[in-house]
Amino acid sequence: MKRWEREGVAEIEDIRLPTKEQLQKGVAIIECIQEIPCNPCVDACPFNAISMENINALPIVDFEKCVGCGKCIEVCPGLAIFVVKAKGEKATVMLPYEFIPLPKEGQMVKAINREGKEICEAVVKKVRKGKTPVVTIELPAEYAMEARHIKVKAEE
Amino acid sequence: MRIEEHPILDFKRGREIYFYYNGKKIKAYEGETIAAALYAAGIKTLSKSLRLHRPRGFFCGIGKCSSCLMKVDGIPNVRTCITMVREGMVVEDNDMELPDKEYEGCELRKKAVDVVVVGGGPAGMNAAIEASKYARTLLIDENPRLGGQLIKQTHKFFGSRRQRAGTRGIEIAKELEREVMERGVEVLLNTSVIGYYKRSHHFLAAADKINRIVYEIEAKKIIFATGAQENMLVFEGNDLPGVYGAGGVQTLMNVYGVKPGNVGLIIGAGNVGLILAYQLLQAGVGVACIVEAMPKIGGYFVHAAKIRRCGIPIYTRHSIKRAYGDGKVEGAIIGELDENWNFVEGSEKDIKCDFICLAVGLTPSIRLIAQTGAEISFINEAGGWVALHNEYMETTKEGIYVAGDLANIEEASTAMIEGKIAGLHAAHSIKPIDDFERKIKEYMEELEIFRQGYFGERPKKAKEKILEGYYEKMGERRSS
Ligand SMILES: Cc1cc2nc3c(=O)[nH]c(=O)nc-3n(C[C@H](O)[C@H](O)[C@H](O)COP(=O)(O)OP(=O)(O)OC[C@H]3O[C@@H](n4cnc5c(N)ncnc54)[C@H](O)[C@@H]3O)c2cc1C
Ligand code: SF4
Ligand code: SF4
Repeated sequence: MKRWEREGVAEIEDIRLPTKEQLQKGVAIIECIQEIPCNPCVDACPFNAISMENINALPIVDFEKCVGCGKCIEVCPGLAIFVVKAKGEKATVMLPYEFIPLPKEGQMVKAINREGKEICEAVVKKVRKGKTPVVTIELPAEYAMEARHIKVKAEE
Repeated sequence: MRIEEHPILDFKRGREIYFYYNGKKIKAYEGETIAAALYAAGIKTLSKSLRLHRPRGFFCGIGKCSSCLMKVDGIPNVRTCITMVREGMVVEDNDMELPDKEYEGCELRKKAVDVVVVGGGPAGMNAAIEASKYARTLLIDENPRLGGQLIKQTHKFFGSRRQRAGTRGIEIAKELEREVMERGVEVLLNTSVIGYYKRSHHFLAAADKINRIVYEIEAKKIIFATGAQENMLVFEGNDLPGVYGAGGVQTLMNVYGVKPGNVGLIIGAGNVGLILAYQLLQAGVGVACIVEAMPKIGGYFVHAAKIRRCGIPIYTRHSIKRAYGDGKVEGAIIGELDENWNFVEGSEKDIKCDFICLAVGLTPSIRLIAQTGAEISFINEAGGWVALHNEYMETTKEGIYVAGDLANIEEASTAMIEGKIAGLHAAHSIKPIDDFERKIKEYMEELEIFRQGYFGERPKKAKEKILEGYYEKMGERRSS
C-alpha cells in the first residue's frame, strides 16, 4: 500500500514532474494521482495542455504546451493543481486558497507542506479572485516542490 | 454560534423574528428551521427518548431520523429540522401524543397528474424536468426548498462538464431549481408523501402539516427519488446531543450558517467525512482528527490531501470506543483496531471535542417504495435494501420508478442521469416519444462511462445485481 492511500500525503515520486528547463518558465504540476471520474481541468486549459484518455484516467500535462497561466487551478474540485516556477534561488507557487481572510499582496505568510507543517516564510505576490481564489507566493527555490498551502495570520 | 463570514457562502439572513421555546422568547431569522434557530440559541436537546428519557439532539437534519420531534403550535411530532420558524410560533417539548392527532382537521385536496416525482434532490429534479417536457408533472419534497443533499455542498463537484463538474453543489441545485420552475413543473414543498395505495391508478397521500393540508394524488406514473439516510454507529454514548450525522452538520453550517460547535471529531474517511472536515475548517470550526476503521482512506485522495495540508490527521485502522460528557459531548476515546477489529490494548487516545460527526455511509430510504409492493432486495454493494429495477429505472411494479441514492448509494452526477432516464421512460410509456431510443441510449452511455473507473466498480456491481434480480423476478412472474 502506498503512503498516500493510508495517509493522504503524496510523495514526490508519486507526482509527474517537469524538467528543470520547463520549470523555469513555470508549469502546472497536477497532484491528482488516483483514478477518479473527473475532467474539468482538461476543458479549462485554453492551450489544450492537459489530456486524459477517458474521464476515469489520470490527467497528463504536456509541459511543452503549458504556459503556467493557472486557469486549471480555479476549476479543479480536488484543489490538486499548482503552478510552480523555479528560476535561480527564488521560486513562485500558485495555489488554490478557499479560506478567509484572503492574504494581501506583499503580505508575509507561512508556507505549509503536504502534511500541514510549516516549512518557511513566503511573500504573497498576487491574489486572483475567481471561482476559487488563486494565490501566488514567492519562496526559496528549495521549497518549490514542498509548499502546497499557506497559513495567513488574521490580523494585518 | 452563527457564522458571520465565510469564504464561499454569503448568508443572507431573513427578517429578525421571535418565537417561544417552552415559554422562553428566542430570536431567529425568517427562512431558517426551528432546529437551526434553537441551535444558534445554544439549545441542543430537542427531545427525550421514550422510555429512559435520555436527551436527544438532532441527527440527520433532513427529516429522516425523528430525534428532533417537538410540539409546534399545538401540533405534536413536528420535525423541527425541516420546519421553518415563524413569528410568534410556540415550540414545546413533545409529549408523545398519538400520531393520528397530527392530521386532525386538515383540509383535503385532490390532484390528478400524469407523473408524480417524490423527492426534489438532483435525481428527482432531473426526473421532473425530463418528464415535464412531455407530460403533466408534479414534484413533491418535504423540505422547505428543492435540492436535496446538494443545498449544503459548498465544494466543486467532480464528474464531467455535462454533469456540471467544477460547479459547486449549491450552484447546481439553484440551476436545476430554475429549470424546474421554467418548465412549469408544479411543485409542492413542505409536503411529505406519507402513503401509497392503488386503485385503478396509482395514488399517493401527502401532507403539509404546518399549513394543515392533506393531498390525495392520482398519477399514471410515480418516480420515487427519496434519497438516503445516514447510518448510525454503535458505541457508548452515541445518543448524546452532539453526535450528529455528517449531512446534518452540513445543513446546519452551510444552509443556516450555524456552527455545530468548536472542535469536531469525524468518524469515517470516505468522501463525505473528508469533505465535511474541509467545510468545517472553512467555516472556522476546528477538526481534531478523522478516524477510519479500514486500512485505507475510502474517499478520493485529492479530498484527503486538502485536509492533510491543513494539518488534520487521519487515523486509519482506528475507531471510536465511546463518547463522554454530561448531557452533551465533551470528548471521545478512540483506539487502534487489530486484524480482528478489536481495539488494541493501550492504544486509546482521549480526543477533546464538543461534537462528533458520523460519516459511515448511507442507507437508501425505502419506506415509501416498499409500500408499493415493488420487489425489495438486500444488496450490500447498493447500501442495503433497494428496489429491484430495470435499465429504465422501472421497478417490478409497472409505472413505479426509482432513481438516485434510493436506487443505489452513489453520486449526484449519476443520480441526475438516472432521474432523466426514469422521467423520459415514464413519459414515453404514457405517450410514445419520437426520438426516445436515441435519447435514452445517450443517457445510458453517459452512465456507463461514469461507472468505468476504480470508484465505479462498486456501483457497477450493485446495478448488475439489481438488474439480475429484476429479470429473475419478472421472468418468474411471466411464467407463473
Ligand atoms: C458530504 C457529501 C458530499 C458529496 N459530494 C458529491 C460530489 O462531489 N459529487 C457527486 O456527484 N455527488 C456527491 N455527493 C452525493 C450526492 O449528494 C447524492 O448522491 C445525491 O444528492 C443523491 O441525490 P438524490 O436526488 O437521489 O437524493 P437526495 O439529494 O437525498 O434528495 C432526496 C430528497 O427527497 C426528499 N424526500 C425524501 N422522502 C420524502 C417524502 N416521503 N416526501 C417528500 N419528500 C421526500 C428529501 O427531502 C430530499 O430533498 C455527496 C454527498 C454528501 C453527503
Ligand atoms: S496552467 Fe494554464 S496552460 Fe498550463 S495546464 Fe493549466 S490551464 Fe493549461
Ligand atoms: S480537475 Fe482536478 S481533480 Fe479533476 S481530474 Fe483534473 S486534476 Fe484531478
